[in-house]
Amino acid sequence: MAVKAKKANANTTRLIGSRSLLLPGLIVVAVLLVLCLLWSITLGAADIDANTVFEALFHYDNTEFNHLIIQTVRLPRVLAGAMVGAALAVAGAIMQGLTRNPLADSGILGINAGAAFAVVLSVWLLGNPSLSVYAIAALGGAAVAAVIVYGLGSIGRGGATPLRLTLAGVILTAFVSALTTTILIQDQETLDQIRFWTAGALAGRDMPLVLQTAPILLVGMIGSLMISRQITTISLGEDVAKGLGQNTLYVKIIAALMVVLLAGGAVSLAGPIGFVGLIVPHMARFVAGVDYRWIIPYSALMGAVLVTVADVAARIVLRPQELPVGIMMAIIGAPFFIYLARWKVRR
Amino acid sequence: MASEQVTKKVNQKAAAEQHLRPHWIAVRSKYLPVSLKLDRRVPLMALAILAFTLVVLVLSISYGEYDISPVDVVRTLLGTLPQDHPEFRNYNLVVHTFRLPRILTAFLVGAALATSGAIMQGITRNPLAEPGILGVSAGAGLAAVSVIVWFKDVPISWLPWAAFGGALLTAIAIYTLSWKDGGSAPVRLILIGVAFAAVLGSLTSFMLVFGDINDVQQAYVWLTGSVYGRNWEHVRTMSLWLLILLPIAIFSARQLNILNLGDEIARGLGMRVEAQRVLLLVISVALAAAAVAVAGTIGFVGLVAPHITRRLVGPSHDGMIPVTALFGGALLVLADLIGRWIISPSELPIGIVTALIGAPYFMYLLYRYRN
Repeated sequence: MAVKAKKANANTTRLIGSRSLLLPGLIVVAVLLVLCLLWSITLGAADIDANTVFEALFHYDNTEFNHLIIQTVRLPRVLAGAMVGAALAVAGAIMQGLTRNPLADSGILGINAGAAFAVVLSVWLLGNPSLSVYAIAALGGAAVAAVIVYGLGSIGRGGATPLRLTLAGVILTAFVSALTTTILIQDQETLDQIRFWTAGALAGRDMPLVLQTAPILLVGMIGSLMISRQITTISLGEDVAKGLGQNTLYVKIIAALMVVLLAGGAVSLAGPIGFVGLIVPHMARFVAGVDYRWIIPYSALMGAVLVTVADVAARIVLRPQELPVGIMMAIIGAPFFIYLARWKVRR
Repeated sequence: MASEQVTKKVNQKAAAEQHLRPHWIAVRSKYLPVSLKLDRRVPLMALAILAFTLVVLVLSISYGEYDISPVDVVRTLLGTLPQDHPEFRNYNLVVHTFRLPRILTAFLVGAALATSGAIMQGITRNPLAEPGILGVSAGAGLAAVSVIVWFKDVPISWLPWAAFGGALLTAIAIYTLSWKDGGSAPVRLILIGVAFAAVLGSLTSFMLVFGDINDVQQAYVWLTGSVYGRNWEHVRTMSLWLLILLPIAIFSARQLNILNLGDEIARGLGMRVEAQRVLLLVISVALAAAAVAVAGTIGFVGLVAPHITRRLVGPSHDGMIPVTALFGGALLVLADLIGRWIISPSELPIGIVTALIGAPYFMYLLYRYRN
């Protein structure tokens, strides 16, 4: 009896008690996201009211100065933030499900650092490369980093324990950062070109760049949704998944590919932003329970909201200066990481 | 035949026991309440490392844009170079003003970092801990970069204090936050250290985004760790810290040994576990902070040196700490030479060399400790 009661209790730890409320909940978050996006667009050096924003979006008039600002500066920036947030959050959710590690995040596990190094390398070697080179480099760097960290973290009997994965990620980050720094101190031009980007920033992202990254992230997102059921199974434990007849290796490879697309694409767009992938899946799990078919869409929308809000905050706190959003995320994220390390990690 | 085999086995067993039996050297002081039990291998290893260091030191001084033959380096160091040698003044200038202080700084910094790492690994009972991972270097780095970027033209003597303050505050914060249920579990110490390293690192890059580009490049070099242009003042500062802290570290070896048995056993032996841990943490942080202040955030030495030393002289901290200090020093002297040689005439900062050597080694450790 006691066991049963406890189990029932565990099922209701999610905020949304009933399955039938999951879809309406998702719609609520989506509406919240739209509101946040609009709010973010209205804020800036010149405050623009919501009416003008609507006009600029739906009745664009290129002689109107405010419309021009919105279409060329603010909209791409806001879209970039939302896309990056969604991508990193979903990547984090997949990694956490796959490794059963509550601390998994593309920043902590060194994937962002790998992508950033590849981008810096391409800037240094090619001078001022086109934006598509950024994206290719970032994907390649992310892929290599992911393979190394996961490979090293999961060797042997214990599997990928949180501590070991974290240490592998930290060390890879240190190693790769040393390489990045080597380039940056040899070449001041590259440093000047890239230093704002390395802090994780959304300022100055233009529409072509956003549109170019969008397909990569879209593929990653759709792929993630398609394997979400398998990830739920794997998150119960690899033995369970194998027992249920799942080809875990196959699932893991596809999942890793999705992580690389999402994290690499996000880094190529906005630089290495950490902690989004760490925080958001926990919030999504809190709201939506243990089923990754729901966790992933919730993560995507919540991640977009979080980065949008963080970007707004980053622009408000130091007005008229602005903080790179990556720093804002670290300030929000580190306390959360500490909370997880204190209460969620057993060993 | 059979009896022969048995005898052989017995002999083997005896040999194995002989090999396993620890050979201790006890060192006791008449005047101080101190006694140390050193492994037999300690003095031998210490001498070997010292000899190696001296050789590398001479080679390192002789190598550079202005080459001096090793023999002349030794003669200059000993003061036996004849006054009428055609290069007498140049040799003295290069050796005593430029290269020797730089290399001595590297040695002392390496010794401090290695000792700090050894203590940290003892406290956390994790062979993979080191000052960089525990966020201490990040704290010192943030403080020092703030000074470099925000307050221009501050005297260089401020940097150590800023770094020390930053490191100490970070360590206190990490320790406090990892405290739960009346104790600070090692796993929490490490994970929370990682979180701090991440957030402090990103605050540091914030400083770098807004700084003047020249300051920023200087700060980058410093953040990676460099002994470029270090002078006798740095050597003096560093030796002072080491003269105070290293003996305390060596005399704390017994406490470290007991802590290594686990908190419960240590408590059972009557040790005030948390008080000892705090004291050791302070020593370790002070050593790391002094090193960071003088040469920037050099990573991996605190990880690699204690680990290799443990394999050379065994796990007892009595002998391990002094040998680690020597080993760390030797490692940095070597790294400095490699950094100057590998892409000459330009040079790699020492911290990058240690990362390039240390990270693969760490990966190997991770592989070794897979069970």
